[in-house]
Amino acid sequence: MDDDNESKPIPSRRRFLSGAAGLSGAALVGGAARAENLKNLPPNVPEWTRALGDGVAVRPYGHPSKYEANVIRRDVSWLTASKESSVSFTPLHALDGIITPSGLCFERHHSGIAEIDPEDYRLIIHGLVDKPLIYTLADLKRFPRVNRIYVLECAANSGMEWRGAQLNGCQYTHGMVHCVEYTGVPLRVLLAEAGVKGSAKWLLAEGADAAAMSRSIPLEKALDDCLVATHMNGEMLRPEQGYPARLVVPGWEGNVWVKWLRRLKLGDEPWFAREETSKYTDLMADGRARRFTYVMDAKSVITSPSPQAPVRAKGFTVISGLAWSGRGKVKRVDVSLDGGRNWREARIDGLVLDKACVRFYAETDWNGEELLLQSRAIDETGYVQPTKTELRKIRGANSVYHNNGIQTWLVKRDGEVENVEVS
Amino acid sequence: MSKCRSFAVVAVCFLLAAPAVAGERHLGLGRAASPAEIAGWDIDVRPDGQGLPVGKGSVRQGEEVYMTRCAACHGEFGESAGRWPQVAGGTGSLSSDDPVKTVGSYFPYLSSAFDYVRHAMPFGDAQSLSNDELYAVVAYVLFLNDIVDEKFVLSRDTFAQVKMPNQAGFYDDDRETAEKPFWNAKPCMKDCKPPVTITGRARVIDVTPDDKAARHGAD
Repeated sequence: MDDDNESKPIPSRRRFLSGAAGLSGAALVGGAARAENLKNLPPNVPEWTRALGDGVAVRPYGHPSKYEANVIRRDVSWLTASKESSVSFTPLHALDGIITPSGLCFERHHSGIAEIDPEDYRLIIHGLVDKPLIYTLADLKRFPRVNRIYVLECAANSGMEWRGAQLNGCQYTHGMVHCVEYTGVPLRVLLAEAGVKGSAKWLLAEGADAAAMSRSIPLEKALDDCLVATHMNGEMLRPEQGYPARLVVPGWEGNVWVKWLRRLKLGDEPWFAREETSKYTDLMADGRARRFTYVMDAKSVITSPSPQAPVRAKGFTVISGLAWSGRGKVKRVDVSLDGGRNWREARIDGLVLDKACVRFYAETDWNGEELLLQSRAIDETGYVQPTKTELRKIRGANSVYHNNGIQTWLVKRDGEVENVEVS
Repeated sequence: MSKCRSFAVVAVCFLLAAPAVAGERHLGLGRAASPAEIAGWDIDVRPDGQGLPVGKGSVRQGEEVYMTRCAACHGEFGESAGRWPQVAGGTGSLSSDDPVKTVGSYFPYLSSAFDYVRHAMPFGDAQSLSNDELYAVVAYVLFLNDIVDEKFVLSRDTFAQVKMPNQAGFYDDDRETAEKPFWNAKPCMKDCKPPVTITGRARVIDVTPDDKAARHGAD
């Protein structure tokens, strides 16, 4: 609905923002801009300034403006055999700040969304414990709780890009990531209630979905910073994100953040479930595979400009992006305009938190020349986001998972942006 | 009223005395899980066989289960129908440009396959197989991978006899040593490489969903 106005003039607001370059900017406008309606522009008075709008509670649960209807999760139909075992991607190109709106958080389901009646929710803790316990949701909500903002990245994020630039849009190349605030019970508090036996070394976390998705987690991590979360961004978890309770495993690959959590079992060995053997293991060039590669390394991506968010005008331009690390805080983000030959430090604005996203900006005056945009994240452990070439040199191209290589966007003379790889 | 007030005061004192979140003391929430409750959900199986249910199934019985419950997606010979996972074949492919990860070529343990089928298969009708059917269909998938012969019967007793070909094909995460150069105190900032050329373009491959509405509209 938004792409049939290419011949119409660009909105005056944009012309104003682009200043003196406005007129030349008109030639740069891509197809996505909506046409303006002169009746709404000064000196005229628009309808919304004359007539009453919807009253309170007409929209008892608010939604984004109808003009933002294109900012949605999207999937790639050829990727998977069914929608129930598939993925949809966060529209990173259209977002700012660090918090992902709950309804836009990417989805990865293995057997669809479990729609759990909260009255019938149960969590069992058993195995190597003194006293096996069963909790209702009401029980979980009585526990002392904490609030934490964490990034969650699927291990397969950017997995389609191992062999080369493939998908044209950061929603698709990097959209299996989100960053929200969780409210939950520290897992160690729940486990202490059951009394973990000294022989326990591992924890099995299992979901209540039709895959009963399960993963093994070392007890050390479980007792460190994991949560059983009931809320995200202040409200109850969305069904797509594990309502009414999910595991939060800060800094680790999304697959271990078991949704619809129904069972926690203590044991003395890992279980080697399908999702930690056949899947979520990283195949190397020699045919052997790394396993238990839980930590998500530092990574960043420029979200605008990007293929779905082209440059609209010459002149002052804000380059914006997202960076994160599963190893700690992001310490610095660098940006390159020439494909990684020269770098400058970007400006991080907003919260800088442990194992969470940061928002970075780099401002530039774009004169219409081609740019090769890159960003690289550096975390507090000194880890520097590698190039894709550096990654492939060590891991080959069959890994599927954990692709945190530096992304390159080609900004063309007309402001369109393409996913490319460079020397 | 006074009763309420004194109760409130007690509660406040108690909360202040309690550790912040540490859970040093038992909060007494929840209740004991009964063995029957646990048994209904306790379906995991480990490589050493811990968790295996009572039951058995032959390759022959498994063929029947497989053809009616599995073949539509996974293919009659495990070769996959469409884009569903291939469960057989792929031997020797893991270091090629087209690795095919199947039960035979990739799964390190028999339990990884058994546990998964028990949890999640058949797709859309999970946990509907009897224990005997479960043993049988896993036996048949082993047969499709030439790991057992057609007379094989899988049970709790024969489980440990099965050795998966790729058991030694995995090693623990070694990034902190194998990728040590990625920890770099002084990343290059200026003239880090010769002028850059483009080596690959997404538009050449052209597999992005054709949906212009995905582009960010007027901002």
